[in-house]
Amino acid sequence: MTTSTAKKVVTDITKDSAPISRTADDTVKVRADVRTPEGRPLHYRALNALLRRIMSEGAKHIVIDGVMGQRYIASSASQKDLYIEIHGTPGNDLGAFLDGPTIEVFGSAQDHTGNTMNSGKIIVHGNAWDVTGLAARGGTILVAGNTGYRVGIHMKEYCGMKPTVVIGGTAKDYLGEYMAGGTIAVLNLYRDISQSPVGLSIGAGMHGGRMYIRGKVEKHQLGPGATMGPLAEEDAPEIERVIGEFEAAFKIDVPRDWSNYVKVFPTSSRPFSGHYDPTCI
Amino acid sequence: MTAPATVKKRMELEAPDRFKPVIDHDLCKKCKRCVKECSFRALEFADGMVKSVGGCVACGRCINICPAQSIEIRQVPSQFPIHANFNERVRRGIMSQASTGGVLLTSCGTDMAYPVMFDELLLDAAQVTNPAIDPLREPVETTTFIGGRKGRLEVFEEGRFRMGDDPAPMIAMDMPIMIGHISLGSVSYNAQKALFMAAKDLNIIAGSGEGGLHKDFYPFADHVCSEIASGRFGVTGDYLKRTAAVEIKIGQGAKPGHGGHLPGEKVSALISQTRMIPLGTDALSPYPHHDIYSIEDLQQLISVVKESTEYKVPVGVKIAAVHNVGAIAAGVVRAGADFLTIDGFRGGTGSTPRVIRDHVGLPIEVAISVVDQRLTAEGLRDRVTVCAGGSIRSSADMIKAIALGADVIMTCTAALVAMGCRVCQQCHRGVCSWGIATQREELVARLDPEVAAARVARLYRAWNEELKEVLGAMGIDSVESLVGNRDRLRYFGPNSKIAEIMGVKHVGEGWG
Repeated sequence: MTTSTAKKVVTDITKDSAPISRTADDTVKVRADVRTPEGRPLHYRALNALLRRIMSEGAKHIVIDGVMGQRYIASSASQKDLYIEIHGTPGNDLGAFLDGPTIEVFGSAQDHTGNTMNSGKIIVHGNAWDVTGLAARGGTILVAGNTGYRVGIHMKEYCGMKPTVVIGGTAKDYLGEYMAGGTIAVLNLYRDISQSPVGLSIGAGMHGGRMYIRGKVEKHQLGPGATMGPLAEEDAPEIERVIGEFEAAFKIDVPRDWSNYVKVFPTSSRPFSGHYDPTCI
Repeated sequence: MTAPATVKKRMELEAPDRFKPVIDHDLCKKCKRCVKECSFRALEFADGMVKSVGGCVACGRCINICPAQSIEIRQVPSQFPIHANFNERVRRGIMSQASTGGVLLTSCGTDMAYPVMFDELLLDAAQVTNPAIDPLREPVETTTFIGGRKGRLEVFEEGRFRMGDDPAPMIAMDMPIMIGHISLGSVSYNAQKALFMAAKDLNIIAGSGEGGLHKDFYPFADHVCSEIASGRFGVTGDYLKRTAAVEIKIGQGAKPGHGGHLPGEKVSALISQTRMIPLGTDALSPYPHHDIYSIEDLQQLISVVKESTEYKVPVGVKIAAVHNVGAIAAGVVRAGADFLTIDGFRGGTGSTPRVIRDHVGLPIEVAISVVDQRLTAEGLRDRVTVCAGGSIRSSADMIKAIALGADVIMTCTAALVAMGCRVCQQCHRGVCSWGIATQREELVARLDPEVAAARVARLYRAWNEELKEVLGAMGIDSVESLVGNRDRLRYFGPNSKIAEIMGVKHVGEGWG
């Protein structure tokens, strides 16, 4: 069971830096694909420390070029009028605990994008993979392409805050599991509309919120606690709102073929009442 | 899942009450205060007298508020034919489930009579060859640090020292005690306020639980450890940055592997506001964190919290003590946790399925020792603070837990008992007559936070004094020297295999 603890010579990665340039319109540009003098790629700790410094100096527009999978970018950033432009591939937990800024990714995001987001906007021009929008209670995540498993789990709405996730392509299993509020839309823009754009166990344990899915959804794809039906009159403003946001972000026209849309919603806001016996024996 | 249909109860098939308030009518002043105060509605005033009408849980509120001392609660002798195997407890469970078809809920820690290893351990004392210390006249250090250790200290010639490069943040507490995570929701506003006030007074840390941090409690934030649990209730960047430490809760001793479930009835406006969830819906914490399916995933959540808090506060992980706790703890430390909290199976809760509370997990005594030995063997123990809880009932349990290998002990139930709790195990019903585990305003108002905080503070100060007495008697002048000092423990129980696993010698075994 004993393992060796060989002492390695560790240089302080947090002290690494990256080149910054400022343009005339007060845009701050950062290159993330630089190498340190020792030849190492830029560590996320160095990049994020640099970004925090730039944010604290009051930057309103930050462009990060050559992002090479650095994780945790802009976590807990809270400047309401900040716009961050990312070129390349940000790593996991992009915009975790985000509270205000807008992040636009010209590329794909990885897992856990917008984890426990409070407010703000994340726009992904490519794909965003697993666990996107976990436990978000506000803000908007727009994904032009596809998403992976467990997207929009346990989103909740509260006191005028309402999280929104709009996906241009498809989502896999457990979409909107434990969902307690907010809106998820899956627009199925790139495949034959007769194919289902979602996987299995959709809305398992759902007890709030709504999902709009364009394309076929069969009953066996729904998890316990979720049910479905055609769009109703009262869904019109909400679905127009989320589609409008998507169209504005990506300049893509979304078909208004409402008969192809399905609404998934909870059977109850108290799915587990009656499951327990509170009698103290 | 299909909810069982509501079944009309057939009284002749229900189990009889276990407790009965008995009124001495000669002493009773008929003030009816007991009737008003009984939140379980077990008393009524009829025909000119106070009567017991069933449903008593022995919370003891009526006894204490009766000005004439005319009430006593009697435990009704078993009305069941004697059977040691199908005992009364078993039969009551069957009868209740036959009526409701539900998963039996309960609260607090398990009341089952499992052996308590704390009570089978004896402490050592100094005699002749190593002198005892008198803590009333000589300093005995109980300052305790929570945070990651680098295992490396640089000492300079002029006497200065520092913890190497990139030191991990540390919290200094006056005693090795952390009040555990008790959320606003499981307990009332006044109860949580009292716990935070006590923590500030004692200069220790109290956990927020998974319920967010109410803005009224921001003044206590430097003595609060915030919690990220699977429901992420109330978790924002601001919440994480504001508090003294952050704990990622993977598991809880009273319900390992189980999520949380705050019933809609308890999601009041106050709870909705603090947890940031819709009013009146069930607050469900998923069973796992859905962004953590592996140690690597845990490492990511730890890292993103450290990024969010700019490496200024310790980030810990709480796990329930389960069978493979040693290996899991090693993984948690490797994932970058600054502190590791282990919660034993006897730990309390505001609501849990009885079958999990009573039958799942490991006793904390064994878990501490196993984790301490495993982390030491893997060269990880000096990187991390180990906190341990799960029914630390007294200073003796605390001292033994530290000697088994914990740096800090976590305690909850004792603090609640100090403020009035009688451990009647009804927290999940939300009608706590002492104003602790309830959200009903008229009940919450019964708990005076000032009084409760002072009682909790006195309790833990007394424990700390007892700790100093024992350390002095052992000839140890700093609590840090007791951590993992299993040589100062001896096992005095029936099962020497347990002693072997805990790394504790049997009574009678010396070392010279």
